[in-house]
Amino acid sequence: MADQPLHRTPLYDLHVELGAKMVPFAGYEMPVQYEGVMAEHHHTRKHAGLFDVSHMGQARVTGEAGALEALITADLGALETGQQKYTLLLNDEGGIMDDLMVSRPEDDFLFVVVNAATKGADFAHMRDRFGTRAELIELDDRALLALQGPEAVKVMEDLCPGACGLKFMQAGRFELAGFEVLVSRSGYTGEDGFEISVLESEAEALARALLADERVKPIGLGARDSLRLEAGLCLYGHDMDETITPPEAALTWAVAKSRRERADFPGARRILKLIEDGPERKRVGIVLNDRAPAREGTEIQHDGETVGVVTSGGFGPTVGGPIAMGYVRADLAKPGTPLELMVRGKARQAEVVKTPFSEHRFFRG
Amino acid sequence: MSQTRYTKDHEWVRVDGEDAVMGITAYAAEQLGDVVFVELPEVGKEFKQGDELAVVESVKAASEVYAPISGTVTAVNDALEGEPGKVNESPADQGWFVKLKVADAGELEKLMDDDAYKAHTE
Repeated sequence: MADQPLHRTPLYDLHVELGAKMVPFAGYEMPVQYEGVMAEHHHTRKHAGLFDVSHMGQARVTGEAGALEALITADLGALETGQQKYTLLLNDEGGIMDDLMVSRPEDDFLFVVVNAATKGADFAHMRDRFGTRAELIELDDRALLALQGPEAVKVMEDLCPGACGLKFMQAGRFELAGFEVLVSRSGYTGEDGFEISVLESEAEALARALLADERVKPIGLGARDSLRLEAGLCLYGHDMDETITPPEAALTWAVAKSRRERADFPGARRILKLIEDGPERKRVGIVLNDRAPAREGTEIQHDGETVGVVTSGGFGPTVGGPIAMGYVRADLAKPGTPLELMVRGKARQAEVVKTPFSEHRFFRG
Repeated sequence: MSQTRYTKDHEWVRVDGEDAVMGITAYAAEQLGDVVFVELPEVGKEFKQGDELAVVESVKAASEVYAPISGTVTAVNDALEGEPGKVNESPADQGWFVKLKVADAGELEKLMDDDAYKAHTE
């Protein structure tokens, strides 16, 4: 991995011009911060932040929707034009291969967004299983921007009024500042906001048009991570992976009811049993009654006994203290359960809490 | 007037009356980003030069801070508990970490002076 040359997104030069500190991430050189994680986090919660998420994989799927549906947990038959779903790509044992967004911006195709680190494997798996029933075209000539925060909609009112008619988890094709774009009302911060897919060649001009609004600031991956952690959202490769099933990850809600009834998703037998009996371990939110943040990999104890591990942890700028997510024995997953987090060998008092840590402000209309 | 000395790991130390006071440099604070927690040792604890003395947590990561010289902790900066951001705002002054009773003044002489440290960070 270390010797592989890093990819750059079409916004690389702009990031450098804006003073970003660039770091390697999922095979890309990405901006981790501009003025500072804390300031960028607060700016997004108060105003609007612009994120470059062009490293993520975008694809267009045509043909039988059932070919894709067979690999994931959503009910694509019920996905009407203009709607979007959060769903899980499962291996044959029901382990989570990735989490992804599927939308049907127009009648004749599905638009899929997957994680950067997994896109190669995801797309290969999909193509392999589709056979001749469906076709997947990687949209590697497209960039992806996310505009997030309570003022995102005000910014869009000037540049793309049509998109302001979308509600949370709706998508469509629009013209934004003169560019043809696919827009969905979604994101990864817990705030109202938009994800905008645009041709690579037009990405920088579009980013500049959005940044010209004084309410918008560029935000790096550092704040993207603290925002998503406060929103209680899973990060693939950390809070979930192929060894974890949806009920363990507290993502049973992403397995459509109709799919449970039909029991026709990968690993259905195992997962339905886990839903019925309850899993042995479960993802929970954890708040520390201490100032020391507990990072990924921190051992979780209860009465001196090891009961799990932290999968995401850090400082929540909006919460104003350390927060974490991790897996614990299922009987300890109830909010209020006291835990000890072993930070640098010392037991820090903590407790299980409901997520999100910071209230979601999605626009549901 | 006492002179500030620096380690290659970006700690600073200067003699202040009987003891030496230490912290991390502006360069280190800038690299770490927003400091949200500093774990300081207890008064009375002894350190050898280069021992892990404190841990600084930024939003993203934890970083170790090493004892620039050998000595015994005589005071810790309790203000950092409520306002860890002082490490970013005033790294060489209000953001100090601990005071140490110097065990071997000769160790100070071997650390970098202003010019050498400046060259080290360029």
